[in-house]
Amino acid sequence: MMRFASLGQAALVALVVVYLLAVYLLPSQVWMGFTINALAMSIVALSWNITGGFGGMASFGHAAMYGTGAYASAVLQVQFGVNAWVAFAAGIAAGALMGAFIGALAFRYGVKGSYFALVTLAFAEVLRICASAFEITGAGRGLQLTLQPGVATLQFNNDRVLTYTLLLGIVALVMALTAWLKYSRFGAYLVAVRENEDAARALGIDTYRVKVTAMAISGAFGGLAGAVYLQLWLFIDSSVVYGVSISVTALIGPIIGGAGTVWGPLVGTLGLHLLGEGAKTALHGAPGLNFVLYALVLIAALRFLPQGLMGLAARIGVLGRKGGDDA
Amino acid sequence: MLEVRNLTKRFGGLLALSDASLDVPEGAIVGLLGPNGAGKTTCFTIIAGFTRADSGSVRLDGQDITGLPPHRICGLGMVRTFQIVQPFAGLTVQENIAVGAYLRHESRREALAEARRIGQRLGMGALLDRPAASLTIAGRKRLEIARALATGARLLLLDEVMAGLIPTEVTEIVGIIRQIRDEGHTFLMIEHVMQAVMSLAETAYVLNYGKMIAQGTPQQLVRDPAVVEAYLGHGAAARLQEAAHA
Amino acid sequence: MSSLILPAVLNGLTMGAVYALIALGLTLIYGVLHIINFAHGSLLMLGLYAAYFLFHFWGIDPYLAIVIVVPAFFALGYVLQRGIIAPMSAGSEQNVLLVTLALSLVIDNLALYFWTSNTRTADIAYAYDTVEVLGAYLTLGRVIAFFAALLVAGLMWLFMTRTRTGAAIRAVAIEKRGAEIVGIDVGHTYALCFGIGTACVALAACLLLPTFYVTPQVGYTFVLVAFTTVVMGGMGSLPGALVAGLLLGVIEALGGLFLGESLGQLGIFVAFILTLLFRPAGLLGRRPT
Ligand SMILES: Nc1ncnc2c1ncn2[C@@H]1O[C@H](COP(=O)(O)OP(=O)(O)O)[C@@H](O)[C@H]1O
Ligand SMILES: [Mg+2]
Repeated sequence: MMRFASLGQAALVALVVVYLLAVYLLPSQVWMGFTINALAMSIVALSWNITGGFGGMASFGHAAMYGTGAYASAVLQVQFGVNAWVAFAAGIAAGALMGAFIGALAFRYGVKGSYFALVTLAFAEVLRICASAFEITGAGRGLQLTLQPGVATLQFNNDRVLTYTLLLGIVALVMALTAWLKYSRFGAYLVAVRENEDAARALGIDTYRVKVTAMAISGAFGGLAGAVYLQLWLFIDSSVVYGVSISVTALIGPIIGGAGTVWGPLVGTLGLHLLGEGAKTALHGAPGLNFVLYALVLIAALRFLPQGLMGLAARIGVLGRKGGDDA
Repeated sequence: MLEVRNLTKRFGGLLALSDASLDVPEGAIVGLLGPNGAGKTTCFTIIAGFTRADSGSVRLDGQDITGLPPHRICGLGMVRTFQIVQPFAGLTVQENIAVGAYLRHESRREALAEARRIGQRLGMGALLDRPAASLTIAGRKRLEIARALATGARLLLLDEVMAGLIPTEVTEIVGIIRQIRDEGHTFLMIEHVMQAVMSLAETAYVLNYGKMIAQGTPQQLVRDPAVVEAYLGHGAAARLQEAAHA
Repeated sequence: MSSLILPAVLNGLTMGAVYALIALGLTLIYGVLHIINFAHGSLLMLGLYAAYFLFHFWGIDPYLAIVIVVPAFFALGYVLQRGIIAPMSAGSEQNVLLVTLALSLVIDNLALYFWTSNTRTADIAYAYDTVEVLGAYLTLGRVIAFFAALLVAGLMWLFMTRTRTGAAIRAVAIEKRGAEIVGIDVGHTYALCFGIGTACVALAACLLLPTFYVTPQVGYTFVLVAFTTVVMGGMGSLPGALVAGLLLGVIEALGGLFLGESLGQLGIFVAFILTLLFRPAGLLGRRPT
């Protein structure tokens, strides 16, 4: 499954893998804690990548799916006492449904480009306002899970190494699914829709269905990311899980790492978090400055790295004749 | 195989198609001619399901397909190409063709194999691993045909595949189309340039200002005064006659 | 209840006029450059801070500050378009949206860093004087904003239809290539529009400050309202933005009245989604086929 277009890409990926393994050996717990955050965010980046990267439908509101996953899982656990595993699965399903719903509405009426970005943003905003207004979602107070570490409750907060390992497993699974999609008929159709929708329709592709399915898959990953967040922090509130910073983080990582590649979202998100963390240390923990940095990197990437870091790496040490954006 | 009846289409005040009908028998190569802006492409977009006609009907193999979406029509065995060639720029030539092949081959391996086979058949064997964006105009036109063919369609609607090509390239494409026809495919092809069609089509229709003004063999059509007028302007036929007599 | 409706509607109209003014700038930029400026709300926030600091440090009345803030923001907008947005987006529509999103992140988070998340107000006593209109009591500051917004909308319309520069802008909006050929400097015209759009938002900020507050997040609240206004008014339409802004002000006020404060804004976003889905050409426009 895994093929690299160049030595550069292979080296970049190797670097990431070595880092992720080295975290086990680093003496300081700080690295692991920080990388856990980065991995958790890279799930929503991978979610964005399905629609925004492969499908070319850039959303500004992936928090809509993220928050829905988190809230669905939290409401079931807190308000209805549902088992954490079931609630977790329900969170994924809820994210998928929300994605499909937004997609079905938007694509039914031919919304695309910047309009699609704004529609998704508006949906996230509507959901944020609703979640902060209704009692069942904890209104303005948010929802808190009872601390009860254990396998049955999916709470591993007391074991950092286990948490890290589980997150690595989840990210690896999502990436494997992404790779599988990429090399399937559906993946080819999604890219065809991105590159030229009319040509795709002429070749027998039901583009509406492809796009809605992509939103559902992306929504499932987004819901997963939200449900993971809940289990990590045991607390959610609407301004966090439905907030813009989720939507923004979801899109910056893939664009910088390489949208429409399997490794790009992880590479970008990890790189950004490292950069942000470094800046935070250098500037003594100034709040919000990491976002300034992310934004500047985003602007630079749009101008100078149209295919992100993976695209840049692809041009270093090209293997064989085959150009392109493999891996 | 294809029966188009009384298509009419308005864009605001402009009557792009008016009561246009045509027939394409199985195994034929039929031309659709006419000057720029005559409504040829509009006719294709309606037949292939991209636009709805204001009135009229389209039947494929006896089945009414009026108003079906393009992907359904493609599934029934009719596919269109675009006058402005539209390759999937981020994909290689083989992957481009595979997008068409996926319609009948679910697995990636089979779709790629089919794409390779069709690419080679269209003389693109050496280009298969190139990014589609790097192709020349002639290469893109071929890719357009290859992708359409890969869907397994039996009826291909080609929109000006010869336009912008140099004579040797035209000769090559003519050879390819003839060969594909001999393998059992049917063609309806739009050409703006008459000569290109003369050597291929058995019958041709001529559109002018949205109306079908003539039908016949290409040889008959070039002698038809209405056709000559459409191409060369009002009074041209009379002037040609005079010139011939003088 | 019914006795509350008229005041709510009138209050909504005054707020709506401010929405309209903010949206005028955004719609002008869209209409001519065909780009969606995501940083528009952040520029409003900057304008509010500019007016606030002028008041705070030098006691300059926000209404007087207009003569300083508006020209300064015109220049700021001009430079942003010429210096950052145009060169960095490399001509792609999606990149423009992303570049302006990034700009808004930079502006918002720098504001947060330098000015903290404290809510600040400029307390100008007379702004809260009440005026009786049709039996409803409205705050003076809002009434001033209402008439000023209408006045500016009118002036802008005159500028676009009666001046040479306006004609050049319209030419670029309709047919960029053609305008280039007849010798109009398109890059300059784009930046000019961006400057005017930014000046509008600065003016809105000065009118808003006396009866509002400022925090680094305030721009985000407004940017979505502004998008809604622009879309409902028909992207690029000045009169459309005016009508839609007023309408949204009323929708919000009535939403707040019937659904409570926390859900009041919901009406706006629902209106936004519905418009984008069903009437993408705007309430007054025709749906493209
Ligand atoms: N989507 C459209 N909207 C408005 N007018 C159109 C549209 N498509 C085509 N037309 C007009 O219809 C006429 C026929 O166009 P077309 O079918 O492309 O001609 P041809 O392919 O014969 O050159 C032209 O005048 C063209 O401008
Ligand atoms: Mg044509």
